[in-house]
Amino acid sequence: MNKNIDTKKIIISNPLKLDCGKEINNFPIAYETYGELNSEKSNAILVFHALTGDQYVSGKNPITNKDGWWSYVVGENKPIDTNKFFVICANVIGGCMGSYGPSTINESTGKQIGTDFPIITINDMVNAQYELIKYLEIEKLFAVIGGSMGGMQVLQFVANFPDKAKLAIPIACTSSHSAQNIAFNELGRQAIMADSKWENGFYSNYKLNPDKGLAVARMAAHITYLSEKGLQEKFGRKLQDRDSLRYGFEADFQIESYLRYQGSVFVDRFDANSYLYITRAMDYFDLSKQHKGNLSDAFKETKTKFFVISFTSDWLYPTSENREIVIALNSIGADVGFVEIESDKGHDSFLLDVPSFLKTLGDYINSTYKVINERRI
Amino acid sequence: MKEEFNIISNLIEENTRVLDVGCGNGDLMKFLQENKTKDIRGLEISKEKVQNCLSKGLTVIEGNAESDLKQFPKSSFDYVILSQTLQAFLNPELVINELLKVGKKVIVTIPNFGYWRVRLQLLFKGTMPVTENLPHEWYNTPNLHMCTIKDFYNFCSSKNIKIFKSIALKKSRISEINKSNLNYKNLDSHLGIFLIES
Repeated sequence: MNKNIDTKKIIISNPLKLDCGKEINNFPIAYETYGELNSEKSNAILVFHALTGDQYVSGKNPITNKDGWWSYVVGENKPIDTNKFFVICANVIGGCMGSYGPSTINESTGKQIGTDFPIITINDMVNAQYELIKYLEIEKLFAVIGGSMGGMQVLQFVANFPDKAKLAIPIACTSSHSAQNIAFNELGRQAIMADSKWENGFYSNYKLNPDKGLAVARMAAHITYLSEKGLQEKFGRKLQDRDSLRYGFEADFQIESYLRYQGSVFVDRFDANSYLYITRAMDYFDLSKQHKGNLSDAFKETKTKFFVISFTSDWLYPTSENREIVIALNSIGADVGFVEIESDKGHDSFLLDVPSFLKTLGDYINSTYKVINERRI
Repeated sequence: MKEEFNIISNLIEENTRVLDVGCGNGDLMKFLQENKTKDIRGLEISKEKVQNCLSKGLTVIEGNAESDLKQFPKSSFDYVILSQTLQAFLNPELVINELLKVGKKVIVTIPNFGYWRVRLQLLFKGTMPVTENLPHEWYNTPNLHMCTIKDFYNFCSSKNIKIFKSIALKKSRISEINKSNLNYKNLDSHLGIFLIES
């Protein structure tokens, strides 16, 4: 997406060797920061965004004019209080909010890279963001945190850089993408690629956009972010602006109208190719396979303190998968806390107003910050 | 509570690794963290209590001792504490075995069902005892396997579990338990505290 908005951006000149074997260099990373870095540089928190997130964690997102995607968690007097912490979030590579991705313009052709963009992985995303931390001259982060794909990046970050974060908080995530999750991602990709306007990924050359396919992908994915109970309570069989069924294929039911709306607003802010690349990166994520089938080995070098959080109604990244991370950490005696938060809001719970989650997270971060600082003195 | 915490704290050497099983709201963890060691973890079954602990910055895992102690490697803690919780398990013997695997030493405290006040209630009132220490009625008690100091003492001998130290508590009076005073301590103490090893 060609966004004419001023985003903070750096160009990474160091070559980055990708998992697919290709090498990239002189590529942009777009990011945003909130709050101020203290003089000891001990209050920095790196937030990793999820599949369709971006660097605009808090405040107004200048592109959508909506609240930042984690406004319940990050901001002034929020659980991660930007009066106290320096919060950094970068758009992942493969994304479409200014970082190097399929919608980046290839300077030599003047056209979008499209599907000539290399396949990227969670590992590549994390390595690229580490360049940003180096650029900001932060020796050690206080915390790395993220939900869903953001949580996978948290795990990968600690595995890659065992002494660069004091605290790691992976939320509602997994250490390896399940068959069910790969299946849902494949459904989304097929919807995009089946759209005749996709043009093998070079739609921008023809001034086209596979809106329909991308909207269907989003609708299907959106269902997986909710829970059956949440859907039933919110929508039930309620009808949309009508008193009776119309005997046709319009959106008779509120849930249909809701999903269509979710699909339509999504295509305005997200690039279809980015959706393909990022879902692929998630599917390829298997941290234990990276360590010969032993997940514990991913963390054996680290002294980072972990706090793993899951949600009762999250069936996309269920508690059992989050628990596997806890078990792997416990088996090497790592410092790990874990709680499953009660919520009907499904996988999306980590983005929403779930008071016991927000309170526990905020209190934990603040008291841990206090303890770690006291120890240092 | 305070006396029990003090006794437990005195049994623990400084800067060791400790796991508190059934850590509740983390009061004992907090006490030990301030007095003995920073390296302390908790395991607790109640979500609300786990959240309270985490809010205080304590490292606690939501889980069940009967199924979740397995994930810790053998002898991964210097001390594992089970404070007034043994009686609430479906299978206390299994839990004790798991504790002895995970901890080099284990501290178990037991609300003593042999205390004379408890015995008198059953003897004279003919009803299940309700005391300050055992405040539940028979129909809502979480305590499935009540035992006495003597029961636990005998259990350890029969299972070849070494008792390093056994302490009886009555109100705030502390005394040692040994083979010769066992019957008396079993009658005159409300709490037993045992430091054991497999």
